[in-house]
Amino acid sequence: MIDSPLTHAMKPTKEALAIDEYEDAGGYAALRTAVTEMTPFDVTAAVTDSNLRGRGGAGFPTGKKWSFVPPPGKRTGAAYLVVNADEMEPGTFKDRLLLEQNPHLVLEGALAAAFAIQAQTVYVFVRWAYAKAAQRLTKAIIEAQRRGYIGDNVLGSKFCVRVHVHTSHGRYLCGEETGLLNALEGKRASPRSKPPFPQVVGLLGRPTVVNNVETLCNIPPILRNGAAWFKALSKTGDSGTKLYGASGRVNAPGLWELPMGTTPREIIEKHAGGMKSGYNLRGFLPGGASTDFLTDRHLDVPMDFDAMQKAGSRLGTGTMIVLDDRTCPVAMVHNLVTFFARESCGWCTPCRDGLPWTQNILADIEQGRGRPEDLDRLELHCKLLGPGRTFCALAPGAVEPLQSALKYFREDFERHITEKRCPYKH
Amino acid sequence: MATLYIDNKPYEFEEGRNLLHTCLGLGFDIPHFCWHPALDSVGACRQCAVKLFKDENDCTGTIVMSCMTAARDNMRISIDDKEAHEFRAEVIGFLMANHPHDCPVCDEGGECHLQDMTVLTGHTYREHRFKKRTHRNQDLGPFVHHEMNRCIACYRCVRFYRDYAGGKDLEVFGWHDSVYFGRHESGVLASEFAGNLVEVCPTGVFTDKTFRKHFTRKWDLCSAPSVCVHCSLGCNTIAGQRSGVLRRILNRFSEDVNGYFLCDRGRFGYEFVNGSRRVRTPLAKKGRNQKLEPLDRSAAIKRVAELFSSGRPVIGIGSGRASLESNFALRQLVGPQRFFVAESETQHSITTEIVHALRRTPASRASLRDVAKAGAVLVLGEDVTNTAPLLALAVRQACRTAALTNAHGLGIDPWNDAAIRETGHNVRSSLVVATPTLTKLDDVATTVYHAPPDDISRLGFAIAHALDGSAPAPRGLSPEIEAMARGIARDLAQAARPAVVSGAGSGSASVVEAAAGVAAALYKVNHDACLCMSLSECNSFGCTLLGGRDLTAALDAAERDNAEAVVVLEADLYRNCDPAIAGALLTLPRNVVVIDHTLTATAAMADLVLPAATFAEASGTFVNNEGRFQRFFSAIAPQAGFAPGYRWIAEILSVVGPEAPRWETLDDIVNDMESRVADCAGIRAAAPSASFREGSQKIARQSFRASGRTALLANTSVAESPNPADPDSALAFSPEGIQAPREQPLVARYWAPGINSVQAVSKYHGDPPAALVKGEAGADAAENHGAKAPAAFASHASEWLVMPLHHIFGSEELSMLSPSVASLARSALIVLNPEDAAKLSIRENDAVEVSNYALSCACVAAIASWVTKGSAALSVGRPETQGLDLPEWLWIRKAGAP
Amino acid sequence: MLTQEERAAISEGCDSSPSARAAAPHALGAVQASRGWISDESLSDIAEFLHMTPAELDSIATFYNRIYRSPVGRHVILLCDSVSCWIMDYEYLLNHLLTKLGISGFGETTKDGMFTLLPSACLGACDHAPAMMVDRELFGDLTRQSIDTIIDQYRIKDGDRRTAQSPLATGRKEQ
Ligand SMILES: Cc1cc2nc3c(=O)[nH]c(=O)nc-3n(C[C@H](O)[C@H](O)[C@H](O)COP(=O)(O)O)c2cc1C
Ligand code: SF4
Ligand code: FES
Repeated sequence: MIDSPLTHAMKPTKEALAIDEYEDAGGYAALRTAVTEMTPFDVTAAVTDSNLRGRGGAGFPTGKKWSFVPPPGKRTGAAYLVVNADEMEPGTFKDRLLLEQNPHLVLEGALAAAFAIQAQTVYVFVRWAYAKAAQRLTKAIIEAQRRGYIGDNVLGSKFCVRVHVHTSHGRYLCGEETGLLNALEGKRASPRSKPPFPQVVGLLGRPTVVNNVETLCNIPPILRNGAAWFKALSKTGDSGTKLYGASGRVNAPGLWELPMGTTPREIIEKHAGGMKSGYNLRGFLPGGASTDFLTDRHLDVPMDFDAMQKAGSRLGTGTMIVLDDRTCPVAMVHNLVTFFARESCGWCTPCRDGLPWTQNILADIEQGRGRPEDLDRLELHCKLLGPGRTFCALAPGAVEPLQSALKYFREDFERHITEKRCPYKH
Repeated sequence: MATLYIDNKPYEFEEGRNLLHTCLGLGFDIPHFCWHPALDSVGACRQCAVKLFKDENDCTGTIVMSCMTAARDNMRISIDDKEAHEFRAEVIGFLMANHPHDCPVCDEGGECHLQDMTVLTGHTYREHRFKKRTHRNQDLGPFVHHEMNRCIACYRCVRFYRDYAGGKDLEVFGWHDSVYFGRHESGVLASEFAGNLVEVCPTGVFTDKTFRKHFTRKWDLCSAPSVCVHCSLGCNTIAGQRSGVLRRILNRFSEDVNGYFLCDRGRFGYEFVNGSRRVRTPLAKKGRNQKLEPLDRSAAIKRVAELFSSGRPVIGIGSGRASLESNFALRQLVGPQRFFVAESETQHSITTEIVHALRRTPASRASLRDVAKAGAVLVLGEDVTNTAPLLALAVRQACRTAALTNAHGLGIDPWNDAAIRETGHNVRSSLVVATPTLTKLDDVATTVYHAPPDDISRLGFAIAHALDGSAPAPRGLSPEIEAMARGIARDLAQAARPAVVSGAGSGSASVVEAAAGVAAALYKVNHDACLCMSLSECNSFGCTLLGGRDLTAALDAAERDNAEAVVVLEADLYRNCDPAIAGALLTLPRNVVVIDHTLTATAAMADLVLPAATFAEASGTFVNNEGRFQRFFSAIAPQAGFAPGYRWIAEILSVVGPEAPRWETLDDIVNDMESRVADCAGIRAAAPSASFREGSQKIARQSFRASGRTALLANTSVAESPNPADPDSALAFSPEGIQAPREQPLVARYWAPGINSVQAVSKYHGDPPAALVKGEAGADAAENHGAKAPAAFASHASEWLVMPLHHIFGSEELSMLSPSVASLARSALIVLNPEDAAKLSIRENDAVEVSNYALSCACVAAIASWVTKGSAALSVGRPETQGLDLPEWLWIRKAGAP
Repeated sequence: MLTQEERAAISEGCDSSPSARAAAPHALGAVQASRGWISDESLSDIAEFLHMTPAELDSIATFYNRIYRSPVGRHVILLCDSVSCWIMDYEYLLNHLLTKLGISGFGETTKDGMFTLLPSACLGACDHAPAMMVDRELFGDLTRQSIDTIIDQYRIKDGDRRTAQSPLATGRKEQ
């Protein structure tokens, strides 16, 4: 059996798999089974059994998420499935690969998910920068329509579905599921309050499921090969494979589909070819810009949702950013916070006004104007912008690398302040 | 009752609100910005954090936003918790990071929610050492001043303006820490409710521009509870003055009437009080064609008293803009038989029809709150945005009731504002706007129908008939209208608490009859039905209770009885009837006495003018459109020259006859009225009497923070000047006394310890003012006493049916004396159907002449397709169109055309 | 005035949007595609077409990153300034790019109106950091040489075409 279900059929030329190629590799069989032989409930149950957890960053069990959608009898009007292809988390480039090289897999997953929640409309929300992905996806939709995978009475079943590609106009918040819904409705992409959750009150007030691209790509293989197979792919209790990536000063930055729970050591040393010569590993953000730093002490912690959490970070998107020993951690955190401050939507106070302040302090420290009391204030801001304090998860994500940097690289901060300059600059 | 544990102490409370609202109601202080009692919760500012504990064993707890957490039975929270306290102080620190520390020169200073909250949280020293972001301001028109640097981005302004009031030209722009709240470009704010930004904004971004023109520190204002005089709804207000100059109007919360808001006419129309046309001493003419010249007070009274010894009768003309007390006093002076009302025959028939309908309807009489909660609304014939603006705001809220019900079904708390709005995409309550002219509510209406008044009336009759087969059906209805009527009838019948809204604005008694008919028929199938009608003036209802007849009858009486004199009370007859009638009434009697505060055209004709006090200088009672008796109190102490109308009359009466009642105080008149006029039973309960005391104290009109009382007149005398006495109310013209009274009718200012801004109103909740409506509401069905549907509108060959077109700024008499309001009034407009305009060779903005046999008025053309062919709409209340009693068949031609 | 093509492009977006209002960002994008940026006049035209007020539309326009409310050059260079590219020293390339374009910082347009340089958040090309986009084309593994080549190629491509400068205008009007 295949051990890299998401990527095994991809072409070395990096072109998109055409529909024939995709079908030859077993594509759309799962959708066919789902709509002709299974009930929506069966599909959800299969996904629930597989223990698939969302790959958008939060790791929420996908089957469970779907089960919150009121069934057609208990709702009025439409439901929606939205594919979150807004990938904008710095350091993250995994969904791009799937969208560009295997668009039919994304579609098939989305269609099966739409069937499971009985949605008649699918929106694929693609980031503006992913122009090539949007183009290939649009082509794939036309192909799939011609083959009867999209449209009225899909494959002779009663299931009717339409798919639209929506290109965003740029904001990190467009990736947050409720911000995304606002963006889709043509509003400012500020987040919405939860509850009510989108599964009950989503797009245009209707039940809506938002799933990450990678999450959905796992659906067809699960339906085809079963939950047991899916669980067996993993090295740990979190099932399936995961697209892991590495960027920074490693020899071969890239993206690999590996069993869930592969260790950072294996990813960095084996797949990314180790650190560039002259550089040593100082730390890494395991899953994008909004995850806590880990250090060489954590190189053997399995990269899955639970183990990463226990180690004090998050799996996030699984695409790690490597910090080497010749790069200033203070400057790196400053870069990260600058991104988040710029992307704050301006809705809630701690994030809107706290992040620029944090950014200013970091700039001062980095440029040798820091004051000893600044570190206390930074610590305080990490608390004030933490979970539950702000309206959405942007700010808590923004302070994760900061709070862990203050823990692991404290002496760097202190040296900047006492020496009144950046020790990494010569 | 449920129990909430706050810092380990149990408190009883009513479930259904969020923690913040509940705690404020229990008397606790929790700082907050984005939450507002009328706008509810969105959780944006993160200021209202408290600690929530799972149970009594949980001592860690989690921080939650109290505005976003439902208060539930047995919940345990801490407000004093160290971590929550620190978080709140730091959030203020964040908000202050960019806030200019300009309190000493800020209009909001001393009455600023941000100031109060900063002090409350214990944020004392500035830690932010970086540059502040800055913005440029916009010119938002004559009412609202803009100072964007003070913004703390609580989003209240757009949530009120856009979400609550339906405005479309104030928005939030940009993102992250440079969000900007304003218009797309400088320009007049288009919403009629823009003035509320002044109160909604918790800091000094939006402030009252008219107040800036005669600025005074807010703690130096002397304020009194008042009632708006600019339409019949009678919104509750607070009038603030200093040194005899009325400086501003604020909202006075009233659960049933205006809630938290006012319209801009009500808020900014007040400047007539300070106007240059005020009369401040008695004036008299030596002869008919001479000039009015000042006259001594006692001489003036003597002169009027003499008129009553001639043996010939004196005619009294009361008005809907004078208080009930003044009208009653006049009626007592001249006798009920010779008491008339300043309304033309048509106007009067409509007013009486409305009062009659409201008093006889089996449906309940709707307050603004009832309308706001209505599950379906039928607006029949009335352009409420322009005739009774706050009623339009209420109707707008009614459009959301379906969404609220839907949200409730989804388990969303009723205060979770943004979430409810998200659910509301596909659910809209039924709102039918059937009016002669285009209205601003059309955008939220589910059905819109514009037609001449008779056709509107026919639709009403058809709806009534569809609801109740025994109600008369109009003849010859088109199938479409019939189907529309059936659909509307069905929606109304099925809705929870449906409301029928109508009024005097269309100038058609038949429309009023139709609306009353719908309410009666609706009541038969839906006992929750209610009826709301607007009248033409702030006390039209009250005046009608006194039973006067119209101006044509007044003229008849004057002629027949060879009247010695006519006494006109606070009315400009030329605005209210044919100039020929007004002219005759003011020339036929040997003497004309006018009691008014402003030198109107009528006053100019008088032989004697007695200067009346305005609402700001007098106390009295108005009866609003639902029949609610509402007391207003003087903010300005009695002055030498002028006095309330009733006081002039009381003095005259005391000279005229020894057997006349002795009215020393307002309470004397009120008591007398209650005993003599059955329909005025209830006036006494409008407010506590002058002898009322809270504890043993009067209610203070001034804040205890008022400064410089002894220094004020120190250039003349260092002795502290005595406070003016006020025999008419339980309020004192001084800072001594109760600062935060519990009785709603006596609230002169909102204040609570530590809360100096209007936001202190949140502390007053749970004490709704007593409902004062008296009458036979709910009595058995008064069937359509023989009312018949009119014939369908048919055009005439060379005349147009000219319908009234109301303007919020321009149609009302007193507010037009306010420079800010007047600056927004346009010249009189005639709106024509495109085909008619083409036939007349009239183009947009052409000068047009509209005329009948006696009158001709000049106006400017506008062309719109909502006007039915053969009809037109003409601005009312404008000097150009005075004397026309619309709707009327008139000639129209392009100016200069043959 | 919107052109026939612009109207068609907007309407197409309306069809595939969940509601008419929802097409607003799309409409801005469509007009921007033909005009380069959204002037006050364009904004009013689009607003009218969508039955919105300029304020309502501008609230949306000013929220999104990739809607330009001030003029830009014919090509927009988006240089990624996020973390992976930062580690890979995009700042060094930035300096080179500035010299090459003859401008002094982000947000500026070359004198000939050909290029505007803007910073961009992570382009999702971290494995090829440093990266940038020119219009809709992505370039990774940037070096000084590759930057020179890219810029030169655009210059050659646009070579003979007249380089009419976009009309200068301010953004949202404040008093
Ligand atoms: C600020 C912010 C940005 C986010 N950006 C993305 C994103 O770009 N792509 C994504 O799939 N999820 C993103 N998420 C997570 C989504 O909110 C959501 O959890 C996810 O789309 C759910 O999909 P899943 O259950 O399939 O993981 C973001 C979350 C936050 C708080
Ligand atoms: S609605 Fe009428 S009564 Fe109320 S504030 Fe406005 S003008 Fe005054
Ligand atoms: S008042 Fe609760 S978050 Fe603003």
